[in-house]
Amino acid sequence: MIEVSHLTKQYGENYAVNDISFEVNDGEILGFLGPNGAGKSTTMNIITGYLSSNTGTVKIAGVDVLDNPVEAKKHIGFLPELPPLYLDMTVREYLNFVYNLKGCKLPRDAHLSEICDLVKITGVYDRMIKNLSKGYRQRVGIAQALVGNPDVLILDEPTVGLDPKQIIEIRTLIKHLGKKHTVILSSHILPEVQSVCERIIIINKGIIVADGTTADLSNKISADHRVIIRVAGPEEPIKKALSGITGVKSVESLGIREAGSFDFQVEAEPGRDVRKPIFNLMADRRWPILSLDSGEMTLEDIFLKLTSEDVVNRIKRKRRKEASKPAYKKNNDFEHIIDEKDLDSENVDDASSGSDAKKEADEK
Amino acid sequence: MTAILKREFQSYFTSAIGYVFLGVFYFFAALFFVSSNLAANTTSTSTFFTTLILTFVVLIPVLTMRLMCEEKKQRTEQLLLTSPVSLFGMVMGKFLAALSVFAMGLASVVLFSLTMAAFVSIDGAVILGNLVGLLLLASALISIGIFISSLTESQIISAVGSIFVILVLYLIGSFSSSVTNKIIAAILSALSVSSRYTNFSMGIFNLGDAVYYLSIAAIFIFLTVRVLEKRRWS
Repeated sequence: MIEVSHLTKQYGENYAVNDISFEVNDGEILGFLGPNGAGKSTTMNIITGYLSSNTGTVKIAGVDVLDNPVEAKKHIGFLPELPPLYLDMTVREYLNFVYNLKGCKLPRDAHLSEICDLVKITGVYDRMIKNLSKGYRQRVGIAQALVGNPDVLILDEPTVGLDPKQIIEIRTLIKHLGKKHTVILSSHILPEVQSVCERIIIINKGIIVADGTTADLSNKISADHRVIIRVAGPEEPIKKALSGITGVKSVESLGIREAGSFDFQVEAEPGRDVRKPIFNLMADRRWPILSLDSGEMTLEDIFLKLTSEDVVNRIKRKRRKEASKPAYKKNNDFEHIIDEKDLDSENVDDASSGSDAKKEADEK
Repeated sequence: MTAILKREFQSYFTSAIGYVFLGVFYFFAALFFVSSNLAANTTSTSTFFTTLILTFVVLIPVLTMRLMCEEKKQRTEQLLLTSPVSLFGMVMGKFLAALSVFAMGLASVVLFSLTMAAFVSIDGAVILGNLVGLLLLASALISIGIFISSLTESQIISAVGSIFVILVLYLIGSFSSSVTNKIIAAILSALSVSSRYTNFSMGIFNLGDAVYYLSIAAIFIFLTVRVLEKRRWS
């Protein structure tokens, strides 16, 4: 549905977007994730034809956005970061204007009222947009993108500035829309992308640092084997007991986080599940386990990791190397991304646990 | 294009701008009509029209100051530029909306002529020629205003800039008399918007004058499209 290849956008010396390529299939909900200023909006603006790229092409349903903008734009519904609303119009006037602007052929009244029901703005249909709250404005913005039933919906941070209830409603709405439309959604909120999207592209400093389904990313994580437990009891004996369990490689005391208990980080040998033995042992000794957490890297960790300077620089280096290689040896664009190395805990710049040094020694 | 034309036209009258423009236009048109025709007891309209076009220095920028820059400021241009409308269609929509409001102002002139015609015989062809001339002149000035509006995000700058440019184009003819170099003097007076209108006000339809106004309109509409185009690349 959408083909983006080798997109680059330069502002002077700075790259807002640096050689980005990806494809989005029919009916996919793609999450575009990145910290502020990562190039999400720029990419979306280029896809919709609002900005032009310096190099690279964007094809929507096989139509090049630059060569045939009018045709390509017919396939797109776009909600920019700030909804493009004319404040001096009523919702009715505005949606009718958008309907005319897009040269929509669907039956007008039925189509518009269907959209209004969908995004729940029927109640404010005859109010001036300038009198609407932010949440409603956002919905009118989404309604605007839906006019004409475009194949592709591009939503730039659709839930920004909404209250939690509205956020949940909008997310449900987007999921619902994903059944009929191809959706690209950008966000810097991880759980949002996680809950709505089937596929995630993480972008930082104009470079794609990860591209995969939510499941893909989780699979990479499950290779990790740490457990964090909180036990009520004496510190040293517990530590000693934990170390005695077969399969446990090391135990790190994390100190007191809740009165009367101690936290420990238990590192297991690869492929071993030590949770049951830990439970049995603690039960035998009558030291109640207050919590047991698999210290897996969450998407949050991956995100932080992947959006750190290191990864970006490494990908850049890799690209330079590839560029000097003969063409047939080049990797597929989509492969680069998460290799085990990125996810190894030794690389996590997580100083808080204070256990990095030890782990480094343990691994490899 | 019609969608944009319709919206812009409506928006003139949801905001005060349309009413202010028409009110001021009608006021001055009526004032000049009374002073140069009724009080002077003449059917010659040439003084009326040559004084009327002076008001355009301020009135046309009022019409155009908001057209492009407000879209940019409110970020609504993102909607227009990502919808299946060509840039030319977008600019033309706005241009025609402004021209339509101007034509509503011009309607008062028709009314004044009819008032006169009820009592004395008037030269209809001269008045028709003047109406055409005013529309051509307004097209040129509106396109200049739209172009300047597309360069900025501030309505004030847009208005002041347009007033400045239009005033210079009005006065450029009078500079020509103080220039000794014949060629430059000829160029200056050829560029003058107001002296170009003299023929129209006397009821002479000179093709050269019409082409002059139309080419100004075409050039500045083209430039506006280029400005929008360029913004995508920067």
